[in-house]
Amino acid sequence: MQDVLERPVTELEEVPVNEDKGKLKKVLIICSKGKLEDVYAALVMANGALMEGIEAKLFFTFFGLEAITKKHADHLHTATVGNPAFMPGMPTMVAGLPGFEAFASYMMKKEMDKLEMPHVTEFIQMIEAGGGEIYACKLAADMFHLKQEDLLDEVKGIITVGDMYALAEGEGSQIIFI
Amino acid sequence: METLEKTLANVEVNAEGYLKKIVLTDKHFEVINWLRAKQAEGTALSMRKVGASGLVDIKQFYALFPGGPLKISSKIAGIPKPASCI
Repeated sequence: MQDVLERPVTELEEVPVNEDKGKLKKVLIICSKGKLEDVYAALVMANGALMEGIEAKLFFTFFGLEAITKKHADHLHTATVGNPAFMPGMPTMVAGLPGFEAFASYMMKKEMDKLEMPHVTEFIQMIEAGGGEIYACKLAADMFHLKQEDLLDEVKGIITVGDMYALAEGEGSQIIFI
Repeated sequence: METLEKTLANVEVNAEGYLKKIVLTDKHFEVINWLRAKQAEGTALSMRKVGASGLVDIKQFYALFPGGPLKISSKIAGIPKPASCI
């Protein structure tokens, strides 16, 4: 031991240098919610990543699956109840009246159209065109009795949680959960 | 140098697949000129607008300028990077 301590340090171990300074290369975005604003957050981030040359994968689970069903993809709603940031001052009882949520969602979509935001199905097509990959969660699909044919054509497959983690493999990869 | 064969252009990439050099074809110039014209008009450019231009669809746009098409094409066109999230 004494010998080791007294011996001078002659050689420094070579530390590997990260040449690209931790550049973001891939994102895996998990969308677990089916509200209009949450789904759009996932879509905008995935598409935005592709626009910057970052690889993007999307994984829809639980209520997020609603966004990739042929039936409901373009008919998502925003929540008017339990959402204090939505029209502050609006009494919960009023926000819960029949038709209110549909009306609010309609208004929201109108505003989005003004900004030329694509509808969900078109957005998904854009993401696929950019090389993004879209997957559905097997467990949630089983739970909601959804099959591949119920989902949009761009959905590459219904996969397990393990497969999902495999999608995020590699250096410079991040997982985003919504 | 490794090259990556794309449908419409030969694109040189480094070992990690990042863009090195891009060989511009007539199609590239069509897109670039369109971008310049639109920018001069003051139109806010976005991925979707290029896709609706009638020149290329979004998939072809990605193939022409791999690794961030709007960013790279506007750089080559000599116009500011479009401040667009879509």
